Amino acid sequence: MTEATETTESTETTESTERAEATPTLLSLEDLTVRVPGTARPLLDSVTLTVAEGEVVGLVGESGSGKSTTAKAALGLLPTGASCEGSVRVDGTDVLRLRGEALRTHRADTVAMIHQDPRATLNPVRRIGDFLVERGATRERAVELLAAVGLSDPEHRARQRPHELSGGMLQRVVIAGALAARPRLLLADEATSALDVTTQAEILTQLRTAREEQGAGLLFITHDLHLAAAYCDRVYVMYAGRVVEERTARALFTAPAHPYTRGLLSCSPTLGESRALVPIQGRPPSLSDTFPGCPFAPRCGEAEEECETWLPERVPLEEGASVACRVVGRRSAGRNGWAQPTTAGQTKNKVSHG
Amino acid sequence: MLARISRRLAGLLATLFAASFVIFAAVYAAPGDPAVFLAGGRDKLTPERLASVRAQYHLDEPLVVQYGRWLWDSVHLDLGRSFQYSDQVGDLIAARLPTTLELVAYATVLFVVLGVGAGILAAVRRSTWVDSAVVGGTTLAASVPSFVAAIALVSLFGVQLGWFPVTGSGTGLTGTLHHLTLPALSLALGALAIISRVTRQAMADAAASDHVEAARASGVPERDIIRRHVLRNALGPIVTMCGLVMAGMLAGTVVVETAFGLSGIGSLLVGAINAHDFPVAQAVLLLMVTGYVVVTTLVDLVHPLLDPRVKEVRTV
Amino acid sequence: MTTLALRPVATGRRTRRRPVGVLLATAALVLVVLAAALAPLLAPYAPDAIDLSASLAGTSGDHLLGTDSSGQDLLSRVLFGARTSLIAPLLLLTVAALLGVTLGVLSAWRGGWVDTLVSRLTDVMYAFPGLLFTVLIIAVFGTGTTTSVLALGLAFTPTVARYTRSLALSEVRKPYVDAYRVQGMGGTRICALHLVPNLGRAVLGYLVVLFGEALMSLATLSYLGFGAQPPSSDWGLMVQEGQSAVVQGALLPALVPGTAIALVVVSVNVAGVWAADRLGSQD
Repeated sequence: MTEATETTESTETTESTERAEATPTLLSLEDLTVRVPGTARPLLDSVTLTVAEGEVVGLVGESGSGKSTTAKAALGLLPTGASCEGSVRVDGTDVLRLRGEALRTHRADTVAMIHQDPRATLNPVRRIGDFLVERGATRERAVELLAAVGLSDPEHRARQRPHELSGGMLQRVVIAGALAARPRLLLADEATSALDVTTQAEILTQLRTAREEQGAGLLFITHDLHLAAAYCDRVYVMYAGRVVEERTARALFTAPAHPYTRGLLSCSPTLGESRALVPIQGRPPSLSDTFPGCPFAPRCGEAEEECETWLPERVPLEEGASVACRVVGRRSAGRNGWAQPTTAGQTKNKVSHG
Repeated sequence: MLARISRRLAGLLATLFAASFVIFAAVYAAPGDPAVFLAGGRDKLTPERLASVRAQYHLDEPLVVQYGRWLWDSVHLDLGRSFQYSDQVGDLIAARLPTTLELVAYATVLFVVLGVGAGILAAVRRSTWVDSAVVGGTTLAASVPSFVAAIALVSLFGVQLGWFPVTGSGTGLTGTLHHLTLPALSLALGALAIISRVTRQAMADAAASDHVEAARASGVPERDIIRRHVLRNALGPIVTMCGLVMAGMLAGTVVVETAFGLSGIGSLLVGAINAHDFPVAQAVLLLMVTGYVVVTTLVDLVHPLLDPRVKEVRTV
Repeated sequence: MTTLALRPVATGRRTRRRPVGVLLATAALVLVVLAAALAPLLAPYAPDAIDLSASLAGTSGDHLLGTDSSGQDLLSRVLFGARTSLIAPLLLLTVAALLGVTLGVLSAWRGGWVDTLVSRLTDVMYAFPGLLFTVLIIAVFGTGTTTSVLALGLAFTPTVARYTRSLALSEVRKPYVDAYRVQGMGGTRICALHLVPNLGRAVLGYLVVLFGEALMSLATLSYLGFGAQPPSSDWGLMVQEGQSAVVQGALLPALVPGTAIALVVVSVNVAGVWAADRLGSQD
C-alpha cells in the first residue's frame, strides 16, 4: 500500500497537469478497497479517484457498482463491519483515521452530502429552519440560504415541515442544508434523479452556482452517463466496485474507451440520432459474484479468453485519463508503442517516467 | 379531526354503556337474594320485612328499569348507600380516591422515568451488555407479581433497612411521598418491561430512518441525533404505551393498596367484595372501568398531536 | 411476549441450540414439577401439621426453610403448594382454550353477525383493565379456587379467541377447506376434524406463553383472599398469611412462597417464549 501511494504521489509531483498545479487536490482516494463480511467480492476494489478544488467530477455506474460507497468514504462513513485498505484524504487529512469529535467536525464543516431522496433526508416532524440550523446555519442565514436556492417566501418556508413541500422544493432545502456549513467538498448522490426534468435542470443550475460562489469541489454521482458528460469536468465510470474508465467529459462522450462505457452510451437513447439501441447483455453483477479476472468479461462482447483471468489495472490513455481494459490497453499499446503492461508496479513506473 | 373525535367519543359511550350493564347485570344475576342480606339475615326474616326492603331498594322492579335507575343515579353521582357502612357510596369513594390517584400518579412518574430511561439506555447501547441487562432485568421484574414485589420491598427497605414506613399513606407532600414510595414502586415494577421494550423498539425503528443517517453524515452531534431525531420521532408509541399502562394501573391498585394497607378505592373494592357490599363494589368497578376507558380514549386522541404528518392529513 | 428477541437482522438459519437462560429455566421447571409430584415423599412434615411451640422459627435442621406463625413447616407447605399452584393455571387455560378456540373458530368460520357479536363481547371484556372482570365475577359468585379458576378462564377467553380467530381466518382460505366442502362435509366436521387440529400447534404455543400470567393472576387472587382458602398451601395464600409476620421481622413465611411464584413465572416466561417460538416456527 505505502509503495503504491508513494508511486502515485511521485506521479503527481512530476507529472501533474497545469490544472492540477493551479488547483490543489481536495479529495483523493488511493487504491481504496472496502470489504464487508458476508459478500463474495469487495464493495470497492482499488478505487483511485481525485477531485480538485472547484472541480466537478462525475461518478457513473449502475446501482450496486459502488458509487455511493465511494462518496460515503469521503465522509468516513463505511458500512458496519467493513474493513478497508488504501487511503481517503480530504484536504490532506486521512479521513479513515479520524475518530470521535474530529470525525464529527470533518463531517460537519468540510464535506457535505446531498442524498438522493430529500423526503427521507429530512426529519418529518421537524421544521425546515431547524434542519438548516442543525447543519450549521444561523436563523438569519437559514432564510438567506432558502432564498439562495430559489425558494419563494423563505421566512415562511423555514417555519414549514417537510410534508408541506414538494419533492423539488425539498431537494432545494437539502442543498441549502449542504451549503449551510460552507463545506469545501460537496457530494451529490443521485441528487436530481428523483425529480422531473425541468426541476432537475433548475436544481443542477442552482447547485453549480452555489458551488462556484463557495469555490467548493463537487463529486456528482449519477447513473446517467449523458447527464454526467454534460454537467461534469471529468468523469469516472465504475463497474462492480472498480473504476473502469477515467476521462474528461468531452473525451468520454466522443471517444469512450472501455467496452462497458461504450455499452452504457449505446443503450440510452439520444435526440437526433437514429441508431439502434443496444442493451448490454447479461445482468449487473451482485455482491455474491466473484471474478477471477476482469469483472466485465462475462458481459463483454470483445472479451478474449485471457480477459477471464486478467486482473484489471489502469492502462493510461491520453493525459490524465485511464481505462481498465486489457483489450483496449493492447490496442493503444500497439498504436503508441507502449509495451503491454504486466504488473501494476511496472505500469505505474511507466506512467511516472514515460 | 372533528369527525374522528366524535367517532371515538361515540365508541367510548357505547363501551361504557355495555360495561356498566355487565357490572349491574352480574350483580342482579348473583345467586342469593340481596333483600335477605339487606333485611339482616334469615333468622329475623318475615315476608312483610322482605317486601318492604325490596320496595325500599327497588328490588321488585324489572332488570332494565333497575339498571336505568342505577345508571341515572350514578351519572348524577348518587351511587347509593353502602350495605356495610350505611354511608353514601359517593362519600366513601371521595374520601379514598385521592390516595389512589396519588399512588397511580407517583407510580406513573416512576415507570415513565425508569422505563423510558432504561429503554433509551438499551437503545443507545444496543447489542451490548447494557442492552441485555435492561432486557433481562425488566423481564425479571415483569415476572414478579406486584404483591410479591411489595412484600420483598417491605422486607428489605421497610423492615431490614427501615428507610420507608411499612403501612399507611402519610400526610403532607413529603409524608405522602415517603409513605407511597414502596407502593408506587411495586406498582411500577411490572410496567418497566413493557415500557422499556416499546421505547427500545421505537427508538431502534426511528434510528433506522434515512434522515438519522443523513444527520450523522452531516456531523450533527450524537446527543442531538438521539434527542431531536431518534427519541423525538419515537415519542408516538412511547406516549401511547405509557398512557395505556397508566390507565391499567387503576386496577393494579387493588393489589398494592391491600398489600400496604392503604385506604384507597382498590382496598375499598376488596373489602366490599369480602363483605358482599354490592353497591360499593359496583360503584368502584364502574369508576375504574370509566377511568380506564376514558384515559385510553384520550391517549388515542392525543397521538396525532405528536406527529404533525398525521395531524395535517386529518385537518385537510 | 414473543418479541423478546429484537435482533436487527435475522442472519441465516435460526440456531437450534438452547440459550443458557432457557436451559436454566427448563431445569428449574423440571425441578418444580418433580417437587410437586413427589411432595409426599420429599416433605419432612405434613403441610398442615401445626406446632405452635415452633412458631416463626428460622432456618434450622428441623425446618430447612423455617416455619410460619402456626409453626407449620414452610418447606413442606411450599412443596405441597406447588401442586395447586401448578395445576390450577392448567385448568384455567383449559377453560380459556375450550371457550376461546370455539368462539375464535366460530367467528372466523361464520363471519357476519356472529363475528361482530363475538368481537363486541370481547371489546366489552377488554374494557375491564387487569383482574377487574375476574373480580366482578368473584364479587357475584363468591370466593374460592373453583370460582377463581372459572372466572379467570372466562377472563382469558377473549385473548385466546382473538388469537385463534386471526389464525383461523387465514386457515379458512386454504384450498383443503374448499375441497372438503365440495365433498359435502359439514362445517362443524371440517372445523372439528381439520381446522382446529391444524391450528393446534400455534394455539398451544400461545397458551404456553399465557401460563406465567395465569399463574400470577391466580396467585394474586389467592393473595387477595378471593381464591384458595385456608388451610390450603396455595403460594398466593401463603404470602398473605405470612405478611403479618414480616412486620415482626420474620421474612421467610412471605418470602419463601413469594420466591417460589417468581421463580416459576420467570422460568415459564423464559422457557415458554422459547418453546412457543419453536411451536410457531415449525408450521
